Amino acid sequence: MKLTLKIWRQGGKFKGELVTYQLDNVSEHMSFLEMLDVLNEELVQKKEEPVVFEHDCREGICGTCSMVINGYPHGPMQGTTACQLHMRHFKDGDTITIEPFRAKSFPVLKDLAVDRAAFDRIIQAGGFVSVNTGQAQDANSIPIEKEQAAEAFDAAACIGCGACVAACPNSSAMLFTSAKVAHLSLMPQGEVEKQRRVQAMVRQMDEEGFGACSNITACEAECPKEISVEYIAKLNRDYFASSLGSETKVK
Amino acid sequence: MSWFSTFLTSSVGRKLVMSLTGLFLIIFLVVHLIGNLQLLFDDGGEKFNLYAKFMTTNPVIKLTSYLLYAGILLHAIQGWLLWRSNANARETKYAVKVTRTVNTNSFASRNMGWLGTIIFIFILIHLYQFWLQMKMGVLEMVTYEDVEVDNLYYVVAQAFQNPLYVVFYVICMVVIAYHLLHGFQSAFQTLGLNHSKYSPLIRTVGRIYAVVVPLAFAFIPVYMYLQG
Repeated sequence: MKLTLKIWRQGGKFKGELVTYQLDNVSEHMSFLEMLDVLNEELVQKKEEPVVFEHDCREGICGTCSMVINGYPHGPMQGTTACQLHMRHFKDGDTITIEPFRAKSFPVLKDLAVDRAAFDRIIQAGGFVSVNTGQAQDANSIPIEKEQAAEAFDAAACIGCGACVAACPNSSAMLFTSAKVAHLSLMPQGEVEKQRRVQAMVRQMDEEGFGACSNITACEAECPKEISVEYIAKLNRDYFASSLGSETKVK
Repeated sequence: MSWFSTFLTSSVGRKLVMSLTGLFLIIFLVVHLIGNLQLLFDDGGEKFNLYAKFMTTNPVIKLTSYLLYAGILLHAIQGWLLWRSNANARETKYAVKVTRTVNTNSFASRNMGWLGTIIFIFILIHLYQFWLQMKMGVLEMVTYEDVEVDNLYYVVAQAFQNPLYVVFYVICMVVIAYHLLHGFQSAFQTLGLNHSKYSPLIRTVGRIYAVVVPLAFAFIPVYMYLQG
């Protein structure tokens, strides 16, 4: 299939603009990133600078790939990362616009690569988790209700890719933060520091300059791991309980 | 900063202010509607005028009305501040952007700031036209069984004879309907009340409320205009 690509180029000779490329001989079996690999090989052969984009595992579990495809973070397929999106979902002759995840807190490094260190700092603000070391415990020595474990696991599915921020009209990081707060606070191991953690992580999220949540739910619709905004409601509950109802004060 | 101001200025705390004031205004709308429905009695405005008298003189209602003015201002100012800071969180806009949502109205949820601004302007016009006239004491008086009251009914009935004003009023009610369509369920989500057992009910009640209440408000001027 033949495609017209409009790709955001920024850095080097590009000031930040959409550049149009024609690509012939795209196989429908390629993944979206493989299609970009083909484009980059052509660019290198022409002695042009290849398009910078981030990728790592290419199997949808690392959260490294990050691009907005035709207006959808990770592309139009729901519950799918860009690396797991295949070209069979596009038609011959399509024009595809590819942009980086956009947010003030995710500055563009080059082309489609953005700096998501703000997420790392939110995680760091969460601090340590009291897990006792020493002899391995018997798996059944800490009983956890099945539903509770499932809820924690659904939150833990967050790969921290930043699609929620990219999708949100407010550039809010609330879905990410809520998932990271919930997957620990729902477990007895993570419960010990839960009061301090929720205050510290919300504060860091605000300091990073992300917008506030206005419950649009675009984050849930675009999340490749389909994390529910129910976790944002839970974050709010935990934050109210910790800020207003506990002795914990985060300086 | 004290622990309380830290809480109130956090993104979660600021949203809580929006949620609580929003729910207060949602309850107020019902009270307001009950009053407006008095206009539909074919009694030359007696019931409506007596109701207006009660609402402006009863001390409990008076106290609540100050809470209401504060609530409207707080909701509007906090909303504008959030709108501005949220817009600033993305400097370069997308060339192509599609917003898909789950269980919410995509148009309403993305445009709460614009919808709210229109509603605020409507409220200012609305207050100038009816509330201020009554407060300034420039209305004609009318007597029912030895009780002298302002004839607010006359001003309202006059306003609703202007077809342009009726159209403007109906359009504003559509704007309020969209604002409520997102606002109702959003207020509960912000309070942390999102639960698989209760959320479907909250969403259904919210949708019904967002349609029925503005529709009833809009029906009154249309009916009075057609009655002549």
